[in-house]
Amino acid sequence: MLRTRSSLRLVVVQVMVLALFTTLFARLWYLQVVGAETYQAAAQDNAVRDIEITAPRGLIVDAMGRPLVANRTAWVVTVDRDVLDRLGAATRRAVLGRLANTLGLSPEELERRTKTCGEPGAAEPPVCWNGSPYEPVPVAEDVTQVLAASILEQAEDYPGVTAEARKVRAYPAPFGVNAVHALGYISPITEQELDAAKARGDDGVSPLSSVGRSGLEDAYDRYLRGASGVHQVAVDSMGRVLGDAAVIEPKPGHTLVTSIDAKVQAVAERELERSILQARKTFDEVTGRKYVADSGSVVVMDATNGRVVALASYPTYDPNVWVGGISQGDLDRLYSDQADTPLLNRGTQGLFAPGSTFKPVTAAGALTHGYSIKDKLDCSSSLTVGGRVFKNYESASYGRITFAEALQLSCDTFFYRIAYAKWLEAGGDREDTSIKDPLVENAKAFGFGSKTGIDLPGEVTGRIADRKWKLSYWKANKDYYCKLGKEPGNDFLHVFAREFCIDGWNYRAGDAVNFSIGQGDTVLTPIQLAVAYGALSNGGTLWEPRVAKAVIDADGEVVKRIGPHAAGRIPIPQRIIDYIDRALLGTGKVGTMAWKMGGFPLGRVPVRFKTGTAEVYGKQTTSWIASYDEQYVVIMQISQGGTGSGTSGDAARTIWETLYGIQGSKVDLRDAAQPGAEPPDGLPVFKPNGQISPPRRTGEDPR
Amino acid sequence: MTALATSTTRTSRRIHVTDRRSTWQRLDVVVVGSTAALLVLGSLLVWSATAGRAALTGGDGSEYIVRHLTNMAVGLVLAALIAATDHRWVRIWAPVVYLGAVIGLGLVLSPLGAVINGSRSWILVGGLSIQPAEFAKLGVVAGMALLLAERTEARRSAALRGWDVLAALAIAAVPAGLILAQPDLGTLLVLAATVFGLLAVAGAPRRWLVGLVAAALAGTVAAVQLGVLQGYQLLRFEAFINPALDPQGAGYNTVQARIAIGNGGLFGQGLFHGSQTQSGFVPEQHTDFVFTVAGEELGLVGAGALIALLLALLWRACRIAVRADDMFGRLAGGGIVCWFGFQAFQNIGMCLGIMPVTGVPLPLVSYGGTSMFASLMAVGLLLNIHLRTERSIGLGVVLRERMARSRRF
Repeated sequence: MLRTRSSLRLVVVQVMVLALFTTLFARLWYLQVVGAETYQAAAQDNAVRDIEITAPRGLIVDAMGRPLVANRTAWVVTVDRDVLDRLGAATRRAVLGRLANTLGLSPEELERRTKTCGEPGAAEPPVCWNGSPYEPVPVAEDVTQVLAASILEQAEDYPGVTAEARKVRAYPAPFGVNAVHALGYISPITEQELDAAKARGDDGVSPLSSVGRSGLEDAYDRYLRGASGVHQVAVDSMGRVLGDAAVIEPKPGHTLVTSIDAKVQAVAERELERSILQARKTFDEVTGRKYVADSGSVVVMDATNGRVVALASYPTYDPNVWVGGISQGDLDRLYSDQADTPLLNRGTQGLFAPGSTFKPVTAAGALTHGYSIKDKLDCSSSLTVGGRVFKNYESASYGRITFAEALQLSCDTFFYRIAYAKWLEAGGDREDTSIKDPLVENAKAFGFGSKTGIDLPGEVTGRIADRKWKLSYWKANKDYYCKLGKEPGNDFLHVFAREFCIDGWNYRAGDAVNFSIGQGDTVLTPIQLAVAYGALSNGGTLWEPRVAKAVIDADGEVVKRIGPHAAGRIPIPQRIIDYIDRALLGTGKVGTMAWKMGGFPLGRVPVRFKTGTAEVYGKQTTSWIASYDEQYVVIMQISQGGTGSGTSGDAARTIWETLYGIQGSKVDLRDAAQPGAEPPDGLPVFKPNGQISPPRRTGEDPR
Repeated sequence: MTALATSTTRTSRRIHVTDRRSTWQRLDVVVVGSTAALLVLGSLLVWSATAGRAALTGGDGSEYIVRHLTNMAVGLVLAALIAATDHRWVRIWAPVVYLGAVIGLGLVLSPLGAVINGSRSWILVGGLSIQPAEFAKLGVVAGMALLLAERTEARRSAALRGWDVLAALAIAAVPAGLILAQPDLGTLLVLAATVFGLLAVAGAPRRWLVGLVAAALAGTVAAVQLGVLQGYQLLRFEAFINPALDPQGAGYNTVQARIAIGNGGLFGQGLFHGSQTQSGFVPEQHTDFVFTVAGEELGLVGAGALIALLLALLWRACRIAVRADDMFGRLAGGGIVCWFGFQAFQNIGMCLGIMPVTGVPLPLVSYGGTSMFASLMAVGLLLNIHLRTERSIGLGVVLRERMARSRRF
């Protein structure tokens, strides 16, 4: 009985073995026949590693074809953590130790650099790796070729470690230009950005990409970055390269031609810095200390089409700090208030009260709203408006003068009268935010309070302190000021707080008169002022400023022309523009700029000037010079820098001399910064051998 | 007991008279043939998996294959010795193998033991690494077979009693406990399946079998609940259920193994030409994942043949067990079938992704000295059982009947 049962059970075992092995065979058949293609593809993927060849980024050249941003080769040591992690703890430590020794780092430091930002034990950005956790991590950038070669030659000692030549940004700095605020900088793409790019279907970036972060590098990133190539290599499970499979060459990025002229830019930068350093030595009688002169900017623009010829901002920084990974110290400095935030482009991102440079705008508004060029108004030493005394600058009094004289002498009370009259006419202090104050509307028509549309990222809007703004500002801040007003004290701040608490929403006569001379709560960017003065120069067109002119591919063919774009026109008749234009011509001859223009050939180079000394509550005055002729607009501004002509006059004159090749009182157009003292119409010529020559001038015979 | 021994001696003397074939000629062709084929195939696979891996071999591509062939030679000698031994001596040696395995397992836990891949499963003696758990399988099979045979043969009624089952379980429990302490879950699983199969073949009452399954399930649940299982063991099971969970970690082995097998297709990439194999993407490929080499380099044809060879061996082993005319032979044969069958299924199933990853070698194929010795000794035991059956067959049906009867008394 037992034997039968036992035999039966053995048969069951036999059948089970057969069943199990049949299952195995069925599964084997499923994997090898049905799923073969998938797994063969996976095996292919496994054994072939795509090594991305990053494309060299495109050049950025100036209007004459001088490279402002180029590339150079830098050796980068990278660590593939995927490979390293598979080595086992002991080998991994040995490899990292060896590498740290070679690189002259401590093993801990090296370990820190291999960590992805945010993972446990990782340092703060940018020391940690902010890129994809699946990409080799650069642990040392810009090492010597000798060091790179030694790592490559002893590959067996450094599994997972490699040295590769990468292209990094180089800044040839023709004439010593910096121009970093216009050019911008690049840094490695972050994982979030990469995910975002993938999400919107942008496959032009990879984990190895560096992307533009500001300036032109950012604005024209998709043209500059090119397309990565792929180097397919057969690898083993340790990632060791067994052989080549295929190479797809990268497509280098396009070249960006800008309208910047390195010569003008260099002079603008030099003059701006010189003026600021000079101002810092100058004693300010109002505040009883030397000028702080914390920052400043220069905008040189082609008045005929809005192309930017120079854009200087101070303080600045060396763009090379971004190359090969920025250090924490450098980054802190760039963002620090003590260093006056050098990252900020004052020309497009700085907001300043325009002061007297605003008066031509007010004049245009007045002359189109009831005033005539024949009108004369009293330039008294002061004017009482709404119980408050508004004084003329240095309490000067010139009697009854014309608009032209008022502009040249920069008479405040002249414009106060106009503003007060227009304010009363529009409705005075009526509680109605829908009231259109003609001078305010006029300023908006000049483009103030809205972006110019310059092709640089991060432009700010500025602000026109009209009735609507006053109300919203009051709503937002009344709680704070009402509380402040209850405290004892009769200084300006407390008195202001009490007034503000009661009727701070109100667009009062004081606001209107302040507005007329570019004071009060109205602020603008230097580029906005350049566009507005450009309109005075070119007969009324507000051009969108453009830094870039064209995109050129590697073969020298034009991919895209970045044309000038007219954003609108100012609603001022030519007759009135001409009148203001003539008036401003007098500023350099008999007006506030005259004392700086002695010997300048204004006859041949008729530069129109308006100076400005804008008062800023709690700070020293902003120095302004706004100037133009038929070709160029030059705007210069120095924050806490003193008076317009006093601080910036010499610099503005030097810039104009550079533009026209003026030596003393002689004009030699051959010495002009730009040939013929006009921005070139054409594009630089890109030869197949990589040489770039200046654009051919119309009528010039090609040699 | 004495009477039995005398009777066997007498019959074996007669065999030489009646059966003219030599021992060599009477060997089971299928068992010998399939074993030889598996050994040759295994050597090729181990060679292919190790020849090109400098990281593993330290530069000498022939190192592993030479060691593998050496192990095999030693194993073959052991198998031949066992096959040729008079089966009385096999019965005497069975407890020795068992005790040796238990002592070995004890030593593993002593300072002599070494930890490899998370398990304290090895004894390192003079450059040799021995894995006593492999011998334990053979020891348990032989020990249980002997015990149950002794107890049933000695009694008038051959029916298995509860005490017999308990005694058999006790034999298995000692090494099982020691293996659990290492811990080596894979071997424990194989051992459990073997013990269960052996008890079933021995004719244990159905309620006992059902009870054992229930107890095993309850034990597993309890082990998971109480956190006895180590993190990596749970991870392996999780990765088995969902390999995409962690393709670089726990799921890596299974994913790479499956890619290698799938990459083989119908006819394979050719020996020494599998891209997955030669580039070393599958870990432990010469030992636990040796089947993936067959899958990738020999394709469905080669890997299918490997399965077929194992099946042929086991099929034949079942026949041998069924035809064995003593209880020891039947139980030992059945136990070996359960052991090889489950271990092979576990190993190949793990490579194919239908079983979780537990580190058990493929019998007769994988690289690994102890496993090779134990497997070949098991084959030797099968041959021994077969030879004894052949001898009695040579005596004719009447004598067999009489012998069987004589054993009962």
